[in-house]
Amino acid sequence: MKFSEQWLREWVSPQLDTQAIADQITMAGLEVDAVEAVAAAFSGVVVAEVLSKEKHPDADKLNVCTVNDGTGEPVQVVCGAPNVDVGQKIPFAQVGGVLPGDFKIKKAKLRGVESRGMICSASELGLEEETSSGILLLPASAPVGTSFREYMQLDDMTIEVDLTPNRGDCLSIKGLAREVGVLNRLPVSGPEITVVEASIDDTFPVTIEAAEQCPRYLGRVIKGVNVEAETPLWMVERLRRSGVRSIDPVVDVTNYVMLELGQPLHAFDRDNLQGGITVRLAREAERLTLLDGQEVALRPETLVIADERGPLAMAGIMGGENSGVNEKTHTIFLESAFFAPLGIAGQARSYGLHTDASHRYERGVDPELPAMAVERATKLLMEICGGQAGPVVETVSDEHLPAPRIIMLREARLESALSKRLQPDDVTDILQRLGLEVDKQAEGWSVVAPSWRFDVAIEEDLIEEVARIHGYNNLPVRRPAARLALRPANEALLTQSQLRNQMVARGFQEAVTYSFVAPDLQAAMLPDAVSPVLANPISSDLSVMRASLFPGLVRALEYNLNRQQTRVRIFETGLVFNGHLDNLTQEPMMGALVCGGREGEGWSSTKAQVDFYDLKGDLESLLAMGGAREAWRFEPGEHPSLHPGQTAQLFYNGEPAGWIGTLHPQVRAKLGLKVDAVLFEVRLDVLSQGEIPAFEPLSRYPEVRRDLAFMLKEATPVQALLDCAKAQAGDYLKDIKLFDVYAGKGVAEGYKSIALGLTWQHASRTLNDEEINQLVDSIITNVRAELDAELRG
Amino acid sequence: MDHLPTLVLEARDAIQAAQSVSALDELRVRYLGKKGEVTALLKGLGKLSAEERPAAGEQINQAKQTLSAEIDAKRQQLESEALNARLAAERIDVTLPGRGQESGGLHPVTRTLERIEGLFTRVGYDVAVGPEIEDDYHNFEALNIPAHHPARGMADTFYFDATRLLRTHTSPVQVRTMKSSEPPIRIVCPGRVYRSDSDLTHTPMFHQVEGLLVDEGVSFADLKGTIEDFLQAFFERDDLSVRFRPSYFPFTEPSAEVDIQCVMCSGNGCRVCSHSGWLEVMGCGMVHPEVFRHSGIDTERYTGFAFGMGAERLAMLRYGVNDLRLFFENDLRFLRQFT
Repeated sequence: MKFSEQWLREWVSPQLDTQAIADQITMAGLEVDAVEAVAAAFSGVVVAEVLSKEKHPDADKLNVCTVNDGTGEPVQVVCGAPNVDVGQKIPFAQVGGVLPGDFKIKKAKLRGVESRGMICSASELGLEEETSSGILLLPASAPVGTSFREYMQLDDMTIEVDLTPNRGDCLSIKGLAREVGVLNRLPVSGPEITVVEASIDDTFPVTIEAAEQCPRYLGRVIKGVNVEAETPLWMVERLRRSGVRSIDPVVDVTNYVMLELGQPLHAFDRDNLQGGITVRLAREAERLTLLDGQEVALRPETLVIADERGPLAMAGIMGGENSGVNEKTHTIFLESAFFAPLGIAGQARSYGLHTDASHRYERGVDPELPAMAVERATKLLMEICGGQAGPVVETVSDEHLPAPRIIMLREARLESALSKRLQPDDVTDILQRLGLEVDKQAEGWSVVAPSWRFDVAIEEDLIEEVARIHGYNNLPVRRPAARLALRPANEALLTQSQLRNQMVARGFQEAVTYSFVAPDLQAAMLPDAVSPVLANPISSDLSVMRASLFPGLVRALEYNLNRQQTRVRIFETGLVFNGHLDNLTQEPMMGALVCGGREGEGWSSTKAQVDFYDLKGDLESLLAMGGAREAWRFEPGEHPSLHPGQTAQLFYNGEPAGWIGTLHPQVRAKLGLKVDAVLFEVRLDVLSQGEIPAFEPLSRYPEVRRDLAFMLKEATPVQALLDCAKAQAGDYLKDIKLFDVYAGKGVAEGYKSIALGLTWQHASRTLNDEEINQLVDSIITNVRAELDAELRG
Repeated sequence: MDHLPTLVLEARDAIQAAQSVSALDELRVRYLGKKGEVTALLKGLGKLSAEERPAAGEQINQAKQTLSAEIDAKRQQLESEALNARLAAERIDVTLPGRGQESGGLHPVTRTLERIEGLFTRVGYDVAVGPEIEDDYHNFEALNIPAHHPARGMADTFYFDATRLLRTHTSPVQVRTMKSSEPPIRIVCPGRVYRSDSDLTHTPMFHQVEGLLVDEGVSFADLKGTIEDFLQAFFERDDLSVRFRPSYFPFTEPSAEVDIQCVMCSGNGCRVCSHSGWLEVMGCGMVHPEVFRHSGIDTERYTGFAFGMGAERLAMLRYGVNDLRLFFENDLRFLRQFT
């Protein structure tokens, strides 16, 4: 809501400058967004009268005029405006004056004719954004020689407030003035509004079928209006300072009254109405062409103003094209109604509309306002357009009008809510100034909320009002007290923070990518994934929820590769979304991606590129953190994003928990990536599972170690050998180390040599050779039987 | 016996000329060994008279001691020279960078979230999280934002269907926590939130931290104290001015926007604070009774406050980041600045 400071000061004028008023209402909850001068700086412009006009001898489009600018001598000026004429009052920039944009007015010769000054248009004075087609014409009553700024009262500021949705009551000068009055303890008074007595009997019938949505409807016929009359300059200016363009006098008056009082009004061309007005819900398949030219299919929950032929307007939102006022209109039917907020709320938005009227009705327009507004509008209209007014006809359903809200504010509750005891008289004063009827009782205040405050309904609303007017910053500050109760803490659980820090320690940068990704990217990486799709995405690139962290990580990789960052180590934690909406999992995951050199470029590093085992090492360091490394297993697996020969599925106690692998060459090609990348993704819930350490006594007896090398078939996973060996290694096996993998010269084609170092130790005695030899023999036998592998000779 | 002085002179020259420890060892054997030349003189003492014997013996022993001391001294000199030579040969350039993986870094938003969580958990708040795909009930209805409420226009919501959506704030976690636990409740809820808005100062996804405290006798003063403490702790400025401006959120009442003195210009006015000297940093208020009713909490017995803040906004102010979009581009050159 934008308003002119001058206009506000007509209602209430505190001894404060503009900025102080802006600060004051901001601190009362009406946040001021901007304070701007209503006109750019200019000087040396006065009201003048055109005394003569002759064609310029050498230019078709120019006129040579003389004007009386109040200095005595007529001043000669060359003017190019098509609308200049003798007798007009006009704004005249004298020699020495400066127009907006630091345009200095000097004596000049235009095609040989002397010109001493300039007759100005609205845009040249910065009063209109678009270039004006002609000079600005002033009323005949404008006094010649007066400073134009003074005459137009241009030393004024526009204040723009960003009102919260609960403060619909402040969407008018009247409402804002009321608020300023409360804050400054000043009386508030607007223009006197009196009843315009009917001079004709004309009425138009109104029937309300939807009384719940429209409890009150006032109508008045005004006959013989001249729609081609000019809106007076003062009104055009006030509208302009409120950010509203002048259209025609009828629309201007309805807008003016809406800005002044807060009541949206609508004017119909009476001669385009047939039968009578019905306020009802739209019927199946009804259509309406709106004022802005668009045709909409009305839905049955939409309130309409209709005549016997059909809908004329979307009630409280926008009028129809065919029933509105136009230049030929002779008789108007003026509507001033109360539409219930719930009847309008959401409707405009559902049609993609947002109007000044719907904005106000959704928030609540004072149901007591229509009568006052219709009188105010009638008076202004008749002053401008003439005409004769019929009687105001009110159709009302009392039972559907908002019931008076009687609320109790307890003194004790107020004190405990604010930790401060306010003087009861001050509280009474605040409430009364806000327009509440107050009855001070023993335990507090019984109040009746004013009809314009739809947001005041419960005790907390009153507490807020009192706190707000008293000033939040005048209220005490303290710290909450709490019992120092210790809370349980699960020692086995790793925090996300610990896991993230481990990745950081291993050289990873944390990424945060959007939770929605491009459908084609997700389809390329996870063709079988099903995840929710946004109905209203910001762009198609961000329209499907990620089913995995992989797409986002790959995108981030791409972004960095395109910026000469060739070595990328990133990780991310966050939810992934799988399944249909009714059968959805939102699971926290940790994912990582590596690409480029194994080590950063340096004097001592190799040129080696990262591979599967580098990232696996990083992942294993995470798995080891909880101390439950044994619960995890890697099994060869297949994942659509990953290289089939370089992919492992991760299991935690036999339960699938994640994936690790090299990006599939085909996927890589599809994404246009030129380098290899290795990725993992693991469920955070299981990654967080650790174990509490359990002590085992240290043995005083010697360890025994045996090294065994087996010739394993190339395709047999080492894990199988380890399992096989462990199964036969007995209870005293302490450790099993895999210290060599070799294929090549000396090892048969299709085989690999795997060397294991096994360590045994007994808690309470020395192990003897014989029993170790037995264990070794059974390991060898078992490996031979299970894996068809021999000891390396 | 007569040639003892010559022998000593000759031996001393040889010792001084020795180039190695082994040469010295040879000289010790040659002169002082069992069959050494000086030792041999001792054996010749028997040929002297009883009167001459003590003085001659004395002379020989002195010569032995002198030579032995010189050999030891020379040995020490040679050993320390050898050590110095070795140390010199083993010198490395200690200014070369060390080996191994350089360390990475947390995302500035995570860093900020962890910092905020830390400040609150240290005084007894718990961290609570919730789903990001929410339903209308938890995101709006239970927070006193019924359908058609004008406040629904305040946040542009991403929808999946009529009732499922991406949460527009972390406030649904409040509702879930209040439904599942009994007061006293003290939680902070960090997480991703989504709004259908994308321009210079908005990204369709960002992070919030919501806080909630519900107990007996909680007042607006407690809220003010908590927020002031938090902001002063977060910016590590004891003298940071904080002000509370009445505002409106459907789920709190009274509601306030919180402004801090601009941390960029100390309140003198700059581009960041639009020359007002104040920066809006968070919203807060006392929990609305309607929200308590949805969660089954007795509004006569309990009161509470809630607050919410944008992590990116705080990170930008704290670290001087001037472009919101950088947070989600994941440019390593940006991320590394927070290592």
